[in-house]
Amino acid sequence: MSNAEFDQALQTFFMESRELLEAMEESLLGLESSPDDDDAINAIFRAAHTIKGSGGLFGLDGIVSFTHVVENVLDRVRGGHVPVNGELIALLLSCRDHIGMLVEQIAADPSAQPDKELESVGSMLLAQLKSYQTGVTHPACAPVSTSSCTEILPQTGNTVENDLWHISLRFGQDVLRNGMDPLAFIRYLDNMGKIVHILTLPDAMPFALEMDPESCYLGFEIDFQGDGIDKAAIEGVFEFVREDCSLRILPPHSRIEAYTQLINELPENNIALGELLVNCGSLTRKELEQALHLQEVLRSGAGTGEASKLGDILVEQGVVQPELIDAALGKQKVARENKSQESKLIRIQADKLDQLINLVGEMVIAGAATSLIALRTQDAALHEATSTLSRLVEEIRDSALQLRMVQIGETFSRFNRVVRDVSREIGKDIGLDILGAETELDKSVVEKIGDPLMHLVRNSMDHGIEAAEIRLQRGKPARGTLRLNAYHESGSIVVEVGDDGGGLNRARIFAKALEKGLVTANQVLSDQEVYGLIFEAGFSTAEAVTNLSGRGVGMDVVRRNIEALRGTVQIDSVEGAGTTVKIRLPLTLAIIDGFLMGVGSSSYVVPLDMVMECIELNEAERQETRDSHYINLRGTILPFIRLRDQFRVRGKPARHENIVVVQYAGLRAGLVVDELMGEFQTVIKPLGKLFANLKGIGGSTILGSGEVALILDVPTLIQRAISLESRVLN
Amino acid sequence: MGAIVRTEQPTQVAERDEGQSQYLTFLLGGEMFAVPILNIKEIIEYGHITTVPMMPAFVRGVINLRGSVVPVIDLAVRFGRSASELTRRTCIVIIEIDSGDGCQDVGVVVDTVNEVLEIPDSEIEQAPSFGARIRADFISGMGKIEGKFVVIIAVNHVLAIDEMATLGQLSDASPAMLTAP
Repeated sequence: MSNAEFDQALQTFFMESRELLEAMEESLLGLESSPDDDDAINAIFRAAHTIKGSGGLFGLDGIVSFTHVVENVLDRVRGGHVPVNGELIALLLSCRDHIGMLVEQIAADPSAQPDKELESVGSMLLAQLKSYQTGVTHPACAPVSTSSCTEILPQTGNTVENDLWHISLRFGQDVLRNGMDPLAFIRYLDNMGKIVHILTLPDAMPFALEMDPESCYLGFEIDFQGDGIDKAAIEGVFEFVREDCSLRILPPHSRIEAYTQLINELPENNIALGELLVNCGSLTRKELEQALHLQEVLRSGAGTGEASKLGDILVEQGVVQPELIDAALGKQKVARENKSQESKLIRIQADKLDQLINLVGEMVIAGAATSLIALRTQDAALHEATSTLSRLVEEIRDSALQLRMVQIGETFSRFNRVVRDVSREIGKDIGLDILGAETELDKSVVEKIGDPLMHLVRNSMDHGIEAAEIRLQRGKPARGTLRLNAYHESGSIVVEVGDDGGGLNRARIFAKALEKGLVTANQVLSDQEVYGLIFEAGFSTAEAVTNLSGRGVGMDVVRRNIEALRGTVQIDSVEGAGTTVKIRLPLTLAIIDGFLMGVGSSSYVVPLDMVMECIELNEAERQETRDSHYINLRGTILPFIRLRDQFRVRGKPARHENIVVVQYAGLRAGLVVDELMGEFQTVIKPLGKLFANLKGIGGSTILGSGEVALILDVPTLIQRAISLESRVLN
Repeated sequence: MGAIVRTEQPTQVAERDEGQSQYLTFLLGGEMFAVPILNIKEIIEYGHITTVPMMPAFVRGVINLRGSVVPVIDLAVRFGRSASELTRRTCIVIIEIDSGDGCQDVGVVVDTVNEVLEIPDSEIEQAPSFGARIRADFISGMGKIEGKFVVIIAVNHVLAIDEMATLGQLSDASPAMLTAP
């Protein structure tokens, strides 16, 4: 492997490990509520096992040696030798974190020497794991006396003499390459009962010249004795190599037909295989003859009997109970669904996707230019062709953007752990409710929302939710609830962080703001405006500064982060009942449906989702609104902004002015423009740092004509108008 | 519109290692200025500028430069003079600015571009402490061309994105007209 390839593979390992660790954490947290969940235990084991295996491939000894111990303990948990309890889960969570640290350390600097601190944490954890590692091993079953079953044979005639499970195992060639050790499975099998006979089949082994030392060519015929073991349990042993091996299991006293079938299905020479089975004691010589004869019969009668499924035959023959088959089929189905879900996902480099989105953006612009020219030629056929094309471009745009959409659930579920850990740390009992996990939003937004959410969650837990005694006094359940919710609303996504805590104290915030000089004593503010003050820099009303929050830094950072995503944040609070912080974010940062309008010689775009309606500003209203800036819109007051004045556009206004009514976050306003130009697919182009401080303009886009149009940022535009007006009035 | 590169003697090319760089000279309000050619990406015709409202006067607006939106600065206004008059020869020089985190293209409006020529380092004097009628930090040096001094512009100072963005905020602070026309 070249260096670059190795690096790339290593990066994949890091990425996979992170995902596996996340899955592990999720399963561990799941175990807290349902300690008997076998699937969760298996998932945890699988994660540890895979990390160990892949780590070994890269020679990451630190990870391998630690994970190995964890895996051993997990293996014992899986075998039911170690009970699952809170203590074990806490320990395993710490182990998970430690593995994560080890992985991150190597990811940051692959050549780094083991960190002293990490090492001491590791050895501490290992010491704790020790107590789970030892203990009584599963008692091996008593050796079998094959003679005991002779009496069964005469009764049934067709069943085989021996009372052992027969397992035919053929490992796939890739089993070693996938980091699995065939021997380990056989050893594990031996833990469950006793392997009476085992024969190694080297038949698949090619000539030495052709042999690949990394491939596995071996097969095994195993006779296995276990008390109270069922087929599913044996299959469970080989679950991790399921895709890499062919496994056939025959229960004790199987009918000879079953052996016939087995012989047929196996790749080795039939006669040789039969001899083998005799050799390993599964069949007697006589039984083999019977089986081979039956095989002949079956072959001659081919076409009639072959249609029936293996399962049916097995049931007919009384080899297995129907329930077992159903269970097995159900399990298979689930496994298959999981598998197909997995294969539906393709890992793509983010920059490739970004490039695609950019190209689609260019295509949208070029398409608009083409439509414009087509319109000018007044050629009907051309016009039709371009409109078909632009419809397709629109669909491509939507699908391309869809590629970047991810569910917010993953971000949310990370908070399970945070809430669990923080609630222990601060000694409060807090549960987390997650709603709307399937809500989708742009990946670039998801990446940047994590930090602000973390801050809000910690803040809610620390200051929002009261201590249990106070909660009981107030008649609330002792267990506090934190709620994360996400949903779509008029072209933006709303993410809520809510708690059922004490709520915000309006008077105290106002007093604090007064003290800080943020407001004046006689200022009249709405509740929302007062609550919004906590987002001002250096504002904190918490009496106790804890190590989590309360230092007064943070809330302003939260707001800045959200504003950087073109979002807004708003607080609803009922004193004594709880606080909800609403973050409103745009769905995507790349392309939007816009509404194009003209003021003077310039064109402006507003997001189409915000546009409620357009009305003409008639001559009478123009006269009326000479001094005021509102109109009567069907009985309600609609304040408006004259873009012409706001933007200081020179020249006389058009003869007919229009009002575009926009709505955002419950606020309605009108924008007075000269000309309405209709819908426009808007590829958002950032304006660059030079315009970073510009309020009211959110970005730019390129029109079909090649000219640049500016995208209005309606919320800040309205804010600006409000602050300008108040400045003039004061 | 391309710049005219002066034909050079082969001997001069060989001397380039000994401290001399190429400069683009242009006219602005009748006065000649020079910019190191390394910063210049291209020169385009003036046109199709979209005005960005609520920005200081030296920001003419933005243009579409093959799909990217590039701001255009009126250099004359930035120097504290009156805005450049548009003529047939007015053009936009696209200059690459290193703005701390990554490079950014900025367009500069000039009256006429002249030529690309070499000025040896020995022919470059320090900026006078006053008298050039331009902020001292905007001048990186005075190049001597055919016996005359030409202001060599300190591009990274003149077009400092952070400073210009801050100025934009200040200019916006002046109250806008609130009354209807």
